[in-house]
Amino acid sequence: MPNLERRAQPSMVMMFASPVIAAVCMLITGYLLFTLLGKEPLHAFWVFFIKPLTTAYGIGEWLLKATPLILCGLGLAIGFRASVFNIGAEGQLTIGAIAAGGVGLYFNGVNAPWILPLMMLAGIVGGMLWAAIPALLRTRFNTSEILVSLMLVYVAQLLLGFLVQGPWRDPDGFNFPQTKMFTESEMLPLLMEGLRTNISFILALLLVAASWFYSHKMFAGFRMQVSGLAPAAARYAGFSEKRNVWLALLISGGMAGLAGMGEITGPIGQLQPVISPGYGFAAIIVAYVGRLHPLGVLLASLLMSLLYLGGETAQMELGLPSAVTGLFQGLLLFYLLAADIFINFRIKTRKRPLEQAEPVKPALSEELT
Amino acid sequence: MNTSIPVTHPRLELRGITKIYPSVIANENVDLIVRPGEIHAVLGENGAGKSTLMKIIYGVTKPDAGEMLWENREVTIESPAAARRMGIGMVFQHFSLFETLTVAENISLALDTAIPPAELAKRISEVSMEYGLPVDPHRLVHSMSVGERQRVEIVRCLLNDPRLLIMDEPTSVLTPQAVLKLFDTLRRLASEGCSILYISHKLDEIQALCDSATILRSGRVTGTTSPKQETRESLAQMMIGRELPECQMDASTPGETRLLINHLSLSTIDPFGTTLKDINLEVRGGEMVGIAGISGNGQKELLAALSGEQPAMQDDVTQICGVAAGKLNPAQRRKLGLRFVPEERLGRGAVPALSLALNAMLTNNDSSMVRHGLISYQAVRSFARDVIDKFNVKCGGDKALAGSLSGGNLQKFIVGREIMLAPKVMIVAQPTWGVDVGAAQLIRQALIELRNQGVAVLVVSEELEELFMICDRIAVIADGRLSPAVPTAQTSVEQIGLWMSGEFKHDAESSQNESEVAHA
Amino acid sequence: MNTAQFIPIFASVVAAATPLAYAAFGELVTERAGILNLGVEGMMLVGAIAGFAVASQTGSLSLGFAAAILAGILLSLIFAVLTLTLQTNQVATGLALTLFGVGLSAFVGRSYVGMSLNGLPKLDIPVLGDIPFVGPLLFHFDIVVYGSLALLFALQWFFGRSYWGLVVRAIGESPASAHAIGYPVIRIRYLSILFGGAMSGLAGAYLSLAITPMWVEGMTAGRGWIALALVVFATWKPMRVLLGAYLFGGVTILQFYGQGMGVHVPSEILSMLPYVVTIFVLVLISRNPKTILLNQPMSLGQSFYPHS
Repeated sequence: MPNLERRAQPSMVMMFASPVIAAVCMLITGYLLFTLLGKEPLHAFWVFFIKPLTTAYGIGEWLLKATPLILCGLGLAIGFRASVFNIGAEGQLTIGAIAAGGVGLYFNGVNAPWILPLMMLAGIVGGMLWAAIPALLRTRFNTSEILVSLMLVYVAQLLLGFLVQGPWRDPDGFNFPQTKMFTESEMLPLLMEGLRTNISFILALLLVAASWFYSHKMFAGFRMQVSGLAPAAARYAGFSEKRNVWLALLISGGMAGLAGMGEITGPIGQLQPVISPGYGFAAIIVAYVGRLHPLGVLLASLLMSLLYLGGETAQMELGLPSAVTGLFQGLLLFYLLAADIFINFRIKTRKRPLEQAEPVKPALSEELT
Repeated sequence: MNTSIPVTHPRLELRGITKIYPSVIANENVDLIVRPGEIHAVLGENGAGKSTLMKIIYGVTKPDAGEMLWENREVTIESPAAARRMGIGMVFQHFSLFETLTVAENISLALDTAIPPAELAKRISEVSMEYGLPVDPHRLVHSMSVGERQRVEIVRCLLNDPRLLIMDEPTSVLTPQAVLKLFDTLRRLASEGCSILYISHKLDEIQALCDSATILRSGRVTGTTSPKQETRESLAQMMIGRELPECQMDASTPGETRLLINHLSLSTIDPFGTTLKDINLEVRGGEMVGIAGISGNGQKELLAALSGEQPAMQDDVTQICGVAAGKLNPAQRRKLGLRFVPEERLGRGAVPALSLALNAMLTNNDSSMVRHGLISYQAVRSFARDVIDKFNVKCGGDKALAGSLSGGNLQKFIVGREIMLAPKVMIVAQPTWGVDVGAAQLIRQALIELRNQGVAVLVVSEELEELFMICDRIAVIADGRLSPAVPTAQTSVEQIGLWMSGEFKHDAESSQNESEVAHA
Repeated sequence: MNTAQFIPIFASVVAAATPLAYAAFGELVTERAGILNLGVEGMMLVGAIAGFAVASQTGSLSLGFAAAILAGILLSLIFAVLTLTLQTNQVATGLALTLFGVGLSAFVGRSYVGMSLNGLPKLDIPVLGDIPFVGPLLFHFDIVVYGSLALLFALQWFFGRSYWGLVVRAIGESPASAHAIGYPVIRIRYLSILFGGAMSGLAGAYLSLAITPMWVEGMTAGRGWIALALVVFATWKPMRVLLGAYLFGGVTILQFYGQGMGVHVPSEILSMLPYVVTIFVLVLISRNPKTILLNQPMSLGQSFYPHS
């Protein structure tokens, strides 16, 4: 066991440094891994992390992939701060897409300006409803929201599969399991000609600000933070636990639903059996690596999005399996958790001489008994 | 130095023991000698380093410097198991028992030789009979009272044939009568040659029981003496460096009823909890009522029912300033003027990982702090700074994390926070538990001031001495029932002690009359 | 239903139940020591690919299973170092383990996609296996199935009768007390986590070496999570874990036999059943908070670091 001793106060420096340390450790592991796979590591790094960002199109793709991560990550971070562990964002994203897609298909061909907002609303409500199931079961029957929300991911994906293979399949689609394409008025407007980035990225940035305001300026955010840090203190203060669970799940579910809507009305343009390469799960990593802070979530999303993009580039240019992305993402979270120990502990070097130690404060009985 | 004991090899000798934690020196250059068959006190106030020292002797904690001699041979005690093999037993202040296991299973976990279950049960019964410590080997620990649990801990030690028995603050879980019985058992053990290290901060007990004493203050030895030849004052001088402070308390005339508990019965969801049975109590403005009792008799449940953390089914079982409040939540009760200081400071009364300023907002979130759902950090911080100033909280300012404060300072902050919010009814649980003498004095005096200002104050404490010091009336909770509250002047430690074991049903009638007379 | 139909259905129920039982047994031991490891899904996946890769490289199923167990142990070792030595949050670390396992198995498994090998053979038990009906019903399973029964009895004995089982239970209730009376809490928690990892690895390999002898990305399809739910459903009792596993095995098999038995429901809807049933039984068991409070190891999920 390493010689660790608890710091008197958590280290603020380490709070910010540990995600950076984690990223550096991930890069070092990547270096070793690339070498092991017989790739020139520096070249592989360049292909993985730099090349995707050398073109305007690449940067557009980068922001495009970051968007669902930001949306899901913001919601999860709010929940995790309150110790409500919604790990089913992937399912809420899927249901959001189904709900939005359902509205889109129903009004397919009706070119009206209200369709897109309606689809957006449907996406958010869909995600919320899906997250309401674990919220209801947790508040009513004490059922673990972790397991329920996760189980519902599989249910949501099977439901999507059923819809696109069955009732919603495009009759003119050569039997491919997919729906009709959405029309122009059902698609999110692009930010710039030639890029696939759409206004949902701007929306995500606005939500970063809103989320910061909520968790740092509003009493409601404080209530949720207390519930997460010390449930007994929250009860003592009279903050309702049920409200806490409901809020955490509805917010994160709504955000994930919005992300799902953004995928099908953005880069995909229709419903397919698979609409997300695991954004909802990657968002768990985003939330933690982002220190459960909205700005951190933004930065972590950009890093994670780069990992997705780099994985694709590396697959095309170097023949590396794109699954390396998942590997890096998992490693990143491991390293972060490990580096975090230095926030509260430091490595015991040698005994400090007596005279330098602080005089004994009386009544540190919690520590001494 | 004590010279009345004949010179033999000491059973245990500590030389220059030092233990440093990052924020505190727990023990500094501590010497200690315990002779065979001696009852030796280690006296010191909360936080003086007594528990750390005992953990070092029992092998739980390793010292940073110093040496230990066991029967004149230098030893290093690697683990509690090693300590037990040498003949050292320890009864912990916070018991080291497992609630979901039986007595026999618990005991077998601390034995160094495996004994077949049937024989173990027999030996437990034998030892417990012999020393007057009745325990049933097959009972589950969670169904036992704290007093019974302590007996299990002692029997567990005795089965290992100890030559040194460490007792860490053993009387805090006992009625005064049970304390006398425990002393008999300990004297008997000592007469059989077992040395006893008796850890306490209670001067009377040490004078009654112990042959010699080592006194610790701030981790250092400030004296070694024979307590029976000392006075309370001289012991206190060594323990805290001055005389024991006294509270100033004058008579007061109670006003109108502020808190009324009316036939409150409440079952608990906690399978190990206590059901409250028909509790009645009235606290008037300008009076301080104490609730005594051994922990685990329903205090936790009663406090949760009063604070609103565990609301009742009926509204009229609790009235705050005349308003039925049984079903209200804590925030709603605060609006009626109820303020509550819970027993657990870290994690309930305060969030360890948040700053004092944010912790101030826990129970103070009215319109001056939070407007339109937005936090006014300026108001919150200035309120926290006021509390820190007025109650002399030693900390690194309002941005210091609650978890970084010592127990006494955090308690001053929490009590101060609630007092500053102008309560009409104040409920305090264990106001001075684990708090140093100076802070305890400040907190008690603040509560008395509150009472003098006409606030109804209810104090729940396991320290009888404290209740007799500051309360106008005292009631006792036992097995979820509450005794009548009798005027402090008309009762005695003995009577309250008897009630603590639940024997107030018979004399309830007469005392009820007495207390009514007193009120008239 | 006649016997000719019943025997294969029963056999496939048992096959589907076995990996769940192993993974849940492992997690049961981990949780009894007070540790919540949400990484079961990840460890199963890594076990599945490790077993398949080694078995197809060496041609030996035994080596495959051994590799799977080793892989599970190694993965759970990461979890143990993080949560026990470095004091990380168990929920976050378990999630990380699952996400990492998903990534790692997909990465390693890429070159094994589409390969197949001969699955684990059924045992031919002389005499007993020849009894009509009972023989083919009960005595034609592979060795891993019988192993799960042996494991059940071993765990029953361990927690019910053995000294070290008592120690594990004590640590799961109060690590602080166990530490105070001198038990090596951290070491025992390490071992219980590693046991959980070994069983998850084995469970994963049973999927890729016995049930469907091939590698498919994400082939556990949530079974690790179902195993976690099973432990709660079983109120931390080994016998009920096995019963629960058979119940879920039955539900899983419904989707394959449902169509054949004339149930006209789309296959996707039938495939939802195991997940929906999991939620349902979780609700059933946690509805009464006392059930959980009385049975759940009291220190479950909380960090403990001995002061020295």
